[in-house]
Amino acid sequence: MAPAAPKSGDVIFASVDRVNAELFTLTYGAIVRQLITDLEEVEEVNKQLDQMGYNIGVRLVDEFLAKSSVSRCVDFRETADVIAKVGFKMFLGVTASVTNWDADGTTCSLILEDNPLVDFVELPDTCQGLHYCNILSGVVRGALEMVSMKTEVTWLRDMLRGDDVFELQVKLLKQVPEEYPYKDDE
Amino acid sequence: MAAIYSLYIINKSGGLIFYKDYGSAGRMDTNDSLRLASLWHSMHAISQQLSPISGCFGIELLQADTFDLHCFQSLTGTKFFVVCEPGTPHMENLLKHIYELYTDYVLKNPFYEMEMPIRCELFDISLAQAVQKERVSLLGR
Repeated sequence: MAPAAPKSGDVIFASVDRVNAELFTLTYGAIVRQLITDLEEVEEVNKQLDQMGYNIGVRLVDEFLAKSSVSRCVDFRETADVIAKVGFKMFLGVTASVTNWDADGTTCSLILEDNPLVDFVELPDTCQGLHYCNILSGVVRGALEMVSMKTEVTWLRDMLRGDDVFELQVKLLKQVPEEYPYKDDE
Repeated sequence: MAAIYSLYIINKSGGLIFYKDYGSAGRMDTNDSLRLASLWHSMHAISQQLSPISGCFGIELLQADTFDLHCFQSLTGTKFFVVCEPGTPHMENLLKHIYELYTDYVLKNPFYEMEMPIRCELFDISLAQAVQKERVSLLGR
């Protein structure tokens, strides 16, 4: 049997169940508010959001693979492209663009011009250090870790802080080989 | 009628997280199913190394006189395999479908612990339907 052809982000987005976008946005807002109340420190909230995103990412990646029928990526460039074009579209309904590659092809930026998480959000002065969308960076990190890529994901630009776009930097730290260690002395 | 004997799901470290048998043929007790799962995990890994083709991802189909074993490994390392009557068609599709059910009803269940044995009723129900449907499509031919 020939492998199923990879589907585009639009096709998958059209076929999956969806909820009202406002319910999604408001639920996320409520979670962030609750975390700020519970943890008090903005830095702690950032950490917690990242951890929650990570936990989502390690589960989400399988759904992504199952429903998109994408095959193994040849290199990190292709991986970044697939995340931006298929992954973001499938789960967030928007596509990102990939830019700012470094010379070795291990660091790049995902640019989001539109982000449904922040539709109604204005950051108050007391929360200036907050990365409101930090859950997304956690999701990307968690998902990539499950397909043996250790990454570091950081926000470089944030529309809530007055930038014109969201910029998420993804840095490939290590590609864990999938082969089993067969050496007896290890 | 072509029949499915049993279905296994193994996590990435080779532990059996789901086992279900259908009908009486090839039924195994818990110990045997665990043993078979870890044996398959190792054989699958060895086959990748032994394969003369570079970039091989392991055994997909094992054919024996009395059964066929179809295996599907996701890119995250979880393996799904089904043991069935020789020559049963559509098994690759069934395994892909089971993978989708797993992502929906197992991974999205917030109370499911990753890499642990699967005890999710919704998964059992939809799985039973999927296997049934497969039979129906065969009967209708």
